[in-house]
Amino acid sequence: MTNPEQKIGQKKELGWKELPRGGVVLDTGSARDYETGDWRSFRPLWSKEKCIQCLRCWVFCPDAAIIVEDGKMVGIDYKHCKGCGICRAECPAKENAFEMVSEADIEED
Amino acid sequence: MGKRVALTGNEAIALGMRQINPDVVAAYPITPQTDIVQYFASFVSDGQVKTELVTVESEHSAMSATIGAAAAGARAMTATSSQGLALMWEVVYIAASFRLPIVMPVVNRALSGPINIHCDHSDSMGARDSGWIQLYSENAQEAYDNLLQAVKIAEDKRVMLPVMVCQDGFITSHGMENLEILQDEEVRTFIGEYTPDYSLLDTKRPVMYGPLDLQNYYFEHKKQQAEAMKDALPVILEVAEEYRKLSGREYQLFEAYRMDDAEYAVVIMGSAAGTTRVVVDELRAAGEKVGLLKLRVFRPFPYKALQQVLGKVKAVAVMDRADSFSGFGGPLFSEIRAGLYDLETRPRISGYIYGLGGRDLGIDEIKRVFAETKMIARGGDAADLVTHLGVRE
Repeated sequence: MTNPEQKIGQKKELGWKELPRGGVVLDTGSARDYETGDWRSFRPLWSKEKCIQCLRCWVFCPDAAIIVEDGKMVGIDYKHCKGCGICRAECPAKENAFEMVSEADIEED
Repeated sequence: MGKRVALTGNEAIALGMRQINPDVVAAYPITPQTDIVQYFASFVSDGQVKTELVTVESEHSAMSATIGAAAAGARAMTATSSQGLALMWEVVYIAASFRLPIVMPVVNRALSGPINIHCDHSDSMGARDSGWIQLYSENAQEAYDNLLQAVKIAEDKRVMLPVMVCQDGFITSHGMENLEILQDEEVRTFIGEYTPDYSLLDTKRPVMYGPLDLQNYYFEHKKQQAEAMKDALPVILEVAEEYRKLSGREYQLFEAYRMDDAEYAVVIMGSAAGTTRVVVDELRAAGEKVGLLKLRVFRPFPYKALQQVLGKVKAVAVMDRADSFSGFGGPLFSEIRAGLYDLETRPRISGYIYGLGGRDLGIDEIKRVFAETKMIARGGDAADLVTHLGVRE
């Protein structure tokens, strides 16, 4: 996705006649439009009920995919979570607050 | 108007570079570098050019720095030979895929091993699929003329590809020749100012070069490159016509010498075309209908134009100064055969590999090639489809 013209949600991928020459990117900050979450093959599902709010997942997440508001874990940024499972491995809750589910088994919203 | 001077091929190229006055030259200053860069460095020291000369620690860095300068919007050049080009390899491809109009004189020399510093075309032939335009020169005059034209071809907005200007190591690069050069002012007007579309230094319109380009876009960018290479053919001819008006010297995609009514012919590139021309004249004087096709533009490969000329003869000998080690001859041989395949009546084509590691190609050997090609034209069979010419048993 080097295409600077393409925005989130835009379906059409430009053809060779439309693209800037030589793969140059003309827009600044276009990395913002690149949703690395689409690399993910396993999705962590988080249980608010089981969560003890220790924030170890937030500390260990190698991206910045754990969303924290007012000092509390509130959810996962699936646009950027790559599904590595570190949150699940590090979760100390007696009943693990994360469950890894294959993306193939998840029904499209 | 032009001025007559005596120069070696390397001096002619260095002089052309002085007249081009590029913004940046990044080059490795030690062997396998040729004295092109040495002469050019003296122009820099003497204040005869405004060029920023960057002496780098390897040829890999030479090409990398040249790419950086070109991406910044500079008219950037480097020069190399042999192992130097081999060391540049991965970045050579990047120059082409970034579509940077870099011009690089290449002094054609053998690749190791065993170690050899003399002429053959293995170095640039190895880079034949790197996406660079390749112009081959018979002598110092052509090297100089090709260099000036290369700048205009590379920077044409329909092309925007890097160009290698090849000349034969030692034979041309170190041989003194009488040639005609243009006035500095004429060169400046001919090549004009370079105005890049994108520049890394343009803070008002910032761009990024070389991002990750995965399954959904890489292919489109490769298609752009492939089309630009095809579009270069008419541009090369337009530039040649403009250059003819300026210099009086005519260039085409290739030179067809005494090909009009030829029954059989030799295809060759570089300095050996001169020797072959002598043989053609001798054989013509003896009543043989022979011709010579000297290829100037190897990339893009002008197969349609070649079909028109070579389609008329009965047999062709293709002479390669490089082996592709495919077991099927040199690169020129394979591509000429492929290029003529669609003709309804096509010549029989045999291959000769000659002159590796600087081995001289003599008149007697070229006569042998013509004699064997005549025999094939008359319905005989070649002993071998591909012959390593002049190799001792």
